[in-house]
Amino acid sequence: MTFPFLSVIIFTPIVAGVILLFFPAERHDRIRRFALAAASLDLLLSLYVYLSYDQSLAGYQFIEKASWIPRLGISYYVGVDGMSAPLVLLTGVVMFTGVLITWKLDDRPREFFTFLFILATGVFGVFASLDLFLLFFFYEIAVFPMYLLISIWGWKVTREYAAMKLTLYLFIGSVVSLVGALVMYFTSGLNTFDMLLLEGAGFSTAFQQLWFPFVFFGFAVLGGIFPFHNWSPDGHVAAPTAVSMFHAGVLMKLGAFAALRVGIMLLPEGARFWAPLILVLGSVNVVYGAFIAMVQTDFKYVIGFSSVSHMGLVMLGFATLNRNGLTGAGLQMFSHGVMTALFFAVVGMVYDQAHTRDLPKLGGFAKAMPLVAVAFIIGGLVSMGMPGLSGFIAEFPIFMGLWQTQPIVALVVVISIVVTAAYIMRIIGRVFFGAMPVELDGHVGDVILQDKVALVLLSGILILVGIYPAVMAPMVQNGADAILRLIGAGS
Amino acid sequence: MTIAEFTPRATLAILPEILLVLLAGILLGLDLLWRPSQRVALGWVAAAGVLAILVATAIFSLPEPDEPLLLGGMVRHDWLGFSFTLLILFAAMVTCLISTQVSGVGDRGEYYALLLITTMGMTLMASAADLILLYLSIETTSIPLYILAGFLKSDDKSTESGLKYFLFGALTSTVMLYGFSLLYGFAGETNLYFLAEKVNAAQVSPVVLGAGAILVLVGFGFKVAIVPFHFWTPDVYEGAPTPITAFISTASKAAGFAVLVRVMVLAFPGIEGFWAAVLAAIAAATMTLGNVVALTQSNIKRLLAYSSIAHAGYALIGLVALSGFGAASLMFYLLAYVVTNLAAFAVVILFARSAGSEQIADYAGLSRRSPWLALALLVALLSLAGMPPLAGFVAKVFVFAAAVQSGLIWLAFAGVLNAIVGLYYYLTVLKVVYLYRSEDEDKPISVPRSYAVALVACIAAILIVGIASAPWLEWTVAAAASLY
Repeated sequence: MTFPFLSVIIFTPIVAGVILLFFPAERHDRIRRFALAAASLDLLLSLYVYLSYDQSLAGYQFIEKASWIPRLGISYYVGVDGMSAPLVLLTGVVMFTGVLITWKLDDRPREFFTFLFILATGVFGVFASLDLFLLFFFYEIAVFPMYLLISIWGWKVTREYAAMKLTLYLFIGSVVSLVGALVMYFTSGLNTFDMLLLEGAGFSTAFQQLWFPFVFFGFAVLGGIFPFHNWSPDGHVAAPTAVSMFHAGVLMKLGAFAALRVGIMLLPEGARFWAPLILVLGSVNVVYGAFIAMVQTDFKYVIGFSSVSHMGLVMLGFATLNRNGLTGAGLQMFSHGVMTALFFAVVGMVYDQAHTRDLPKLGGFAKAMPLVAVAFIIGGLVSMGMPGLSGFIAEFPIFMGLWQTQPIVALVVVISIVVTAAYIMRIIGRVFFGAMPVELDGHVGDVILQDKVALVLLSGILILVGIYPAVMAPMVQNGADAILRLIGAGS
Repeated sequence: MTIAEFTPRATLAILPEILLVLLAGILLGLDLLWRPSQRVALGWVAAAGVLAILVATAIFSLPEPDEPLLLGGMVRHDWLGFSFTLLILFAAMVTCLISTQVSGVGDRGEYYALLLITTMGMTLMASAADLILLYLSIETTSIPLYILAGFLKSDDKSTESGLKYFLFGALTSTVMLYGFSLLYGFAGETNLYFLAEKVNAAQVSPVVLGAGAILVLVGFGFKVAIVPFHFWTPDVYEGAPTPITAFISTASKAAGFAVLVRVMVLAFPGIEGFWAAVLAAIAAATMTLGNVVALTQSNIKRLLAYSSIAHAGYALIGLVALSGFGAASLMFYLLAYVVTNLAAFAVVILFARSAGSEQIADYAGLSRRSPWLALALLVALLSLAGMPPLAGFVAKVFVFAAAVQSGLIWLAFAGVLNAIVGLYYYLTVLKVVYLYRSEDEDKPISVPRSYAVALVACIAAILIVGIASAPWLEWTVAAAASLY
């Protein structure tokens, strides 16, 4: 019996969260330190899992399996492959930096970390699940803490509306997928929720074409696919910084990942049939999201819509159903996760000092907080797909894959790169350079050490993956190959 | 199937009923002997007694597979009845615990005695195998409940509640009795296990039999509060003393489902397709109505009343699926629902005791006044909403799975869409609890020991059923299989 790395990663947050409830509510320092300790443990373990994933063997590793509800063929079955290992690492990174960024929270930090950690358990669980029922179990665990986190600690103006909208959207998506999953379970006749077995269930083409949209789009709601993306900018903006980071950084990947794992991998024929629609919707995401981001005047809304735009690239990568596209989508999930976590962290830091996110009312922050400005510029360059940074490594294969399948889509989508460059430049100019407005002058100080550590870590990862793609690209390619074998087998 | 001769085992089969009557007598005696100041302990005695009965039943009254029809065919001692009996006893125990500090009922011996008598009626309902005993046990359940609902004599709402419950109950019970008499008329037989055979032999027209089924459904529908027999629910729930509301919404509903399953499956197998279709439509209507109307409620007891209507709809899906797994999922659903709803009502009682209000708006600031109580309410409401890792999630998945297995995909979709509406109003309550501020935040809410015990028991049950679901599912599958 080997050490159950994945289980420890999955359950450390929720156990830590429950332990936190027994801390005296007013001992904020102890609560934060304990939360940081738990997050550090998870970060180290997820890094270990990532680094010791054996690429020469490929396939699922760190597998743990235990019978759970045998009558229905449900088991506790976890493992990671080339697609999910980077996402587990991503979650570890975002959880760790999220705790650091929240250091100054004074309103019930105990409850905040408890709910955040329950969310983290759900997220880790989904990425590692190899059992369909288990996946839903963790997926729903990830949904409901969002409601409380946003509605309690969020931006006062829109939090109640945004939290409810987000929760209902995600819940609708997940229950629709659930019905699809149950239909798959009973139709397969295998009496198992084991996804590796269901992959070989041999569903008929008609069945796959009928049920694929329910399962795929149910999950893709959380991935922010057009026209179900509407919850996402509102949710991101209303959420407190750490939750925005989790949300845009990890949760949207959760939706995309589940759509891939359950939709495309279990119903490959359906995926082939519906791929043109996903291509169209994904392009709308990318182009429309970028244009909307362009016209926003609220700093956080710009980033919110940029997420919608970038997640569209992930969907496009999926829809190519070829090696380049899938590899790019996998890399983009990781790269965008880190990048957008960085963005939201910066927005939070600027807002904490300026108490406004209105772009015309900001300016000159580079002088007051130089490190924050540098970090944002690195994130911005990633967002534009600049070579030498992780965004390029991720987006380039997606465009290659698109060119192979649908050159026209590739041409349309390329427009977004220009628009992205425009809105990122605009923000950098507006927020960090120029003159600081008089009413802010003298009131803006630098960020605390914890914030700096988080920023350095996040931007460091973006650079590392950019200049040395070998740390991630081959592994994701491994995962993509496994998916391709399934798609090939179905045709 | 034959009816067994009288043996000592027959006594063991009705052991819980015998002990419940004894306990009721003891409580009445103590009520006479004790001084008023001592009577606050009556609730503890009742709860401890019920717990002892529960343990004794689980040890001595285990069903045996051979010849389950006992006592002249009146009682069927099988896993179905046994399981429902344990569930009802658990609910009765918790109800006693959460009654202790409620003024006007908590220190009254006759209150507990009536509660135990109605519990006895419910356990008999769960194992009754004959129309005569079935009717008697339903009445034994109902009449004390009418009194209990109107127990607070000086409170207009409680009196209204008791009277309303009585009028609806009496009416539906008569209609049901008419249905029973039709069944007897067709078959010349009152035992459920011989009825279907004789009805078949008599070649009764399916139309007439269907009419009989509908009449019987009226009575059961009233008991489990499904559309269109739900009209009494909100008023009765709101007016009755809250522990009784908790009891009616859990144990009484569970007992109602026990007879519903047994009678529909056994007495009307020939027209299965007909009543299942009727019940499928009722299930969809019940879920939808309960959830939609709950959206507009401002009183927590009324909200839980409509939510309990909706939950009857979800549970019904299990019966409509017409499969062994379906019946098991129904039982599992009731198990999850009973422990969860009891926890929710325990919080409602505690809050009303300290804050004197049942308005949802007054729950503002609860998370600051009493973080643990707020957490208990969070767990209960999220379990009702069907969120993992709580009991409500697996229970919902099982009933929806049963629907999909039987090809009722539309019903599964109706169910999941309703779950979304449900989530909305449960979250609305939690929003008030966690988000809104109030002026009373520095006033803590005291939690007497009996309530702490009840809450811990219920929350533990919610988590255990939700996470370690396998043994409970096996149990309910075995129980459902023993039906035939």
